Amino acid sequence: MLLGVVTLTFLLLRMAPGNPALLLLGPNAGPELVAVQERELGLDRPLPVQYGAWLTAFATGDWGRSIATGRPVRQMIGEAWPATLWLVGTSLLLSFLLGTTIGAMQSSRSGSPVDTVLSVGTVTLFAMPSYWLALLLVLVFSYGLQWLPAFGAAGLDADFLSPGARLLDAMRHATLPLATLTLIGVGGIARYVRAAMLDVRGLPFVNVARAKGIAEARVTRRHVLRNALVPVVILLGLSLPALFSGAVFIEAIFAWPGVGRVLVEAVQARDYPVVMAAVAVSAALVVAGNMLADILAALVDPVRREPESA
Amino acid sequence: MIAGRDARVWFGALTLGLLVALALAAPLVTTIGPSEQEQVVATRFLRPFATDMNGVLHPLGTDRLGRDVWSRLLHGARLSLGVGALAVFLSTVLGVVIGAVAGASRGLLRGTLLGLTDFALALPRVVLLLLLAALWRPSAALVVVVLGLTGWMSVARLVYGEARGVMAKPFVESARALGGRRLRIVGRHVLPNVLTPALVAAALGFGNAIMLEAGLSFLGVGVQPPAASWGTMIASGRDTLVNAPWVSLAPGIALVLVVVASTLLSDGLQDAYDPARRR
Repeated sequence: MLLGVVTLTFLLLRMAPGNPALLLLGPNAGPELVAVQERELGLDRPLPVQYGAWLTAFATGDWGRSIATGRPVRQMIGEAWPATLWLVGTSLLLSFLLGTTIGAMQSSRSGSPVDTVLSVGTVTLFAMPSYWLALLLVLVFSYGLQWLPAFGAAGLDADFLSPGARLLDAMRHATLPLATLTLIGVGGIARYVRAAMLDVRGLPFVNVARAKGIAEARVTRRHVLRNALVPVVILLGLSLPALFSGAVFIEAIFAWPGVGRVLVEAVQARDYPVVMAAVAVSAALVVAGNMLADILAALVDPVRREPESA
Repeated sequence: MIAGRDARVWFGALTLGLLVALALAAPLVTTIGPSEQEQVVATRFLRPFATDMNGVLHPLGTDRLGRDVWSRLLHGARLSLGVGALAVFLSTVLGVVIGAVAGASRGLLRGTLLGLTDFALALPRVVLLLLLAALWRPSAALVVVVLGLTGWMSVARLVYGEARGVMAKPFVESARALGGRRLRIVGRHVLPNVLTPALVAAALGFGNAIMLEAGLSFLGVGVQPPAASWGTMIASGRDTLVNAPWVSLAPGIALVLVVVASTLLSDGLQDAYDPARRR
């Protein structure tokens, strides 16, 4: 999977118009100079050889230098990915908890006015572009109420604050990006949980549980929710790419120092080595997330622990 | 249940229909062009419903260059809705073909197609979009192609599942017993039966495509200014959010409306098509 992404990226880079040698040297370079630079970059060798050499270098940790900043790419990505992982991970957890709660509430009051109001709310959240919701929140909380900072992960004076004040500062900076990403996720998850629980609610074993005299709240928690969680956990894994995509916008807007912002800036500056590395790292995060979801699904649903027989 | 009795289908279809009609009729329902400017200083940042010095009414105000937001919104709708529709058409056709062929075949071909689908499904779509936008010159056509090529997987999966079901039906077996070739079976028996779920997925994908188009344009790697698209409008209003929030709010609300409408339309169609899942 990861190899596939990296290979695809490599091929796209080579298919794209524009000569990296020319890009490095500028428009005034003569043909001889370009030829020298091409040989230096290895661009005159056959494509499979280039691919092999590049893959070896990449796998051994030699990710090259950024064209725009001159810094080693590995260092740039290394500084950025914990911020992204923290943002995506926390918002995933929050939106999962919040979304499941709302969806469960709706399914047990299906058809009531509360359900309708919440449905309108979740479908609107689901429909909101993350970058636009981010702008709205900034408008209200940063400019209107002046409660929260609009960008960055820490204040300019963060290095001079006491540990407690620095933590508070970091939390204040994280609130808006986190809230945006979480709210976007809540809509989709609540809609999905509601549908999944209503599906389960109609199954015979739920009626059996009721007939045994188990209290309705317990039926909902132990029988309906538990069974509805399986598709939800799998959805969690599948929604990771989308969540990561959302994080790209959020990071760009809030100037959050993560992989997404590095990627957007590299794309705008046509900084190919950085783009390659950022794509590979984000794909790796997604693959890891999918594996985690598979493991979680096995924990929630014992049937999945059996080897596949079908 | 008949789709026509579902309020969500009505709301979705009417909203989308109205917006498409407004977009098509943009020159008729606006008084000035989307890029028309007069005295920039005198006409910029006019509030909604304000009238400028020439007595021209600006129902949604003007942006920082004195351009009419209402006019830009409707002309932008042509681009945004058009790009979304074309992209969804492309991805639906791709998804239906790949899904149906995978469902009707077995062995290596099916394995390859399913593997390809799962692989593409796990790619972070925006990352791929950014990558492609970085390599080629950004344009509306590129956005259509890229959105189309990255949006077919959910359709393909749905259609695949549906096609497997159809292939197990007796009428397919009899068609095969009569000597029908595989391609003919796919074309005559499988495809017509998988079009409804594909339509449901397409309705959902339409909202998604429009949202992504706006996102790319917002980041500056989609439709390029001065062309009006909802994404470029939101982006251009971002710097003046405090002084003139309407510049960003209007296209954003339009965007949310389109996505809500297509989501509800898709929900309603899904329930009408599959009564067992109705609630």
